[in-house]
Amino acid sequence: MGSVLSTRAKVWWAVITVVVLVGALFPVVSIFMTSFKASSDINSGTFLPPRWSTENYEQILASGGSAQELFLSALRNSIGISLIATVIAVVLATLCAYAIARLDFPGKRLILTTALGVSIFPVVSIVTPLFNLWRNIGLYDTWPGLIIPYLSLTLPISIWTLAAFFRQIPWELEQAAQVDGATPWQAFRKAIVPLAAPGVFTTALIAFFIAWNDFVYGISLTSTSAARPVPAALAFFTGASYFEEPTGAISAAAVVVTIPVVVLVVLFQRQIVSGLTQGAVKG
Amino acid sequence: MNAQTGPAAEPPTHGRHAAPSTTEDRPTDRAPRDDARRGAPAAEARAARSDRARAEARLGWYLAGPAFVVMLAVTLYPILQAVYDSLFNYKLTAPDDRSFVGLNNYVVILTDPVWWQALWVTLLITVITVAIELVLGFALALVMHRAIKRLRGLLRTAILVPYGIITVVSAFAWFYAFDITSGYVNHWFDWVPGIGPDLNWFAQQGTSLVVIIASEVWKTTPFISLLLLAGLAQVPGDLEEAAKVDGATAWQRFTRVIVPNMKAAIMVAVLFRALDAFRIFDNVFIMTNGANGTEVLSLLAYRTSIGQLQIGMGSAISVLLFLCVVLICFVAIKLFKVDLAGARGEK
Repeated sequence: MGSVLSTRAKVWWAVITVVVLVGALFPVVSIFMTSFKASSDINSGTFLPPRWSTENYEQILASGGSAQELFLSALRNSIGISLIATVIAVVLATLCAYAIARLDFPGKRLILTTALGVSIFPVVSIVTPLFNLWRNIGLYDTWPGLIIPYLSLTLPISIWTLAAFFRQIPWELEQAAQVDGATPWQAFRKAIVPLAAPGVFTTALIAFFIAWNDFVYGISLTSTSAARPVPAALAFFTGASYFEEPTGAISAAAVVVTIPVVVLVVLFQRQIVSGLTQGAVKG
Repeated sequence: MNAQTGPAAEPPTHGRHAAPSTTEDRPTDRAPRDDARRGAPAAEARAARSDRARAEARLGWYLAGPAFVVMLAVTLYPILQAVYDSLFNYKLTAPDDRSFVGLNNYVVILTDPVWWQALWVTLLITVITVAIELVLGFALALVMHRAIKRLRGLLRTAILVPYGIITVVSAFAWFYAFDITSGYVNHWFDWVPGIGPDLNWFAQQGTSLVVIIASEVWKTTPFISLLLLAGLAQVPGDLEEAAKVDGATAWQRFTRVIVPNMKAAIMVAVLFRALDAFRIFDNVFIMTNGANGTEVLSLLAYRTSIGQLQIGMGSAISVLLFLCVVLICFVAIKLFKVDLAGARGEK
């Protein structure tokens, strides 16, 4: 198709591409530049750092840095909590979506409608009762105390995305396995799981992004570095001294947690797009 | 959206299983028939089929049940608890003074201008962001849909970056760019009337909302554009081709062929984004924390219950916020006939 494009079309596409790239990446580049400004240049009012300095990164990463303990524990919490919430959601959703895509049973619609309802639920509406309950039963400021509510974010989308993926799998294989005497459960495990793995992986990626993004639960259900995830920690950063704004340290931390997102997006853009669009429309 | 696009509305594919006609009422009418016609070959076959259907239903719930229970446990229980707590005057600062006050908390909230101000700001942000995102999202969806192979990967990657980024990070990026002390926007745009080195964007409502909305739009437009991209894929290519042959301009093709053919997808995308925008919290918390008339409902609920430990009052706000979301859904489904079965949810 590329060869039949007229010169005018080529110019148009070049312009469109540049506009999209600038629009999509500018804020990222902006905070990237801020993160390399020395503390004396933070208020320089320029886009580019007047001098490139790594002092902000030393603050959050080097041992003895003023925000290092805060940032690294938040990073550990975020990775651990988001991963566990993703794994639990994807395991439960895989079983559930298989049943929805393949089996006939009463209540199928109810499950899908519930997933939809949960996904539009205002997070703030359930954080108050959880806050109170968690304090009473000792889950406040712990990993499980965040993993459980994170399931309300990761489970519904996992069910919908996986159900869409599963409907596209060639089911003759499962039939063949059943003809060969396999039970539905064996057919599921031996024939379908390997075929479904790419869909499961994409779903896990999307669910992880969502858990990684959480802020409301993060600031409401934690109080110390024991469980506080990165987005919440960023909001509670303080400057190296009382009178110093933590602009540089926050920017550097923001860049560090954005790098994995960009890497995952670059590696898996095709899968993520198909995962997000297939859930909406039967492909 | 019609049945063919909706996973929930779609009947299960027939004929794959030995029990193709399994329906929901079958297990109930099964037992008496079995007893009455025991021995007849046809009845035996039917009984075997019903057994099979029952086994299938049981397996279905074994597999789907845990996910279903977890979903209910993490949302239904807390919202019911919130409804209960909202009927009490209950502050964690004085937990022993808990007393039943009926609907008094709701009366207090609904007669307080703070609630109505927050509701107004929330609705304002919702309407403006969704309107902007619909236009931008459509443009991006068309770009992704039409892009030549060589550019497609690059464009999709760029568009997905905001989608993957943490909202709080987006909020800080926009905040620092506009901030009066650390920002560069005032220097870059000082030729625009009204913008100068002294403009503090976060000192008044209008300019604060501009930056909050900009960050929200940047972060979430990719999501709406992906939903629209899914809709675009459904527009029959030959229809468009025919319109082109008949001499329709690009704009005519867009308004007369593309949009009518994906109306359902547009409605679903708008509803989803509207519900999401209505819950806005992160951007406001980071940039203004609700100062200067930028308080939104989610922030009001958070500050009341988590900030001031007024569990009763905060629960009442939470319940009202939940009812607002239900109301928006109801209006969309009843008035605008949005078929949610054809969509799927996302945060």
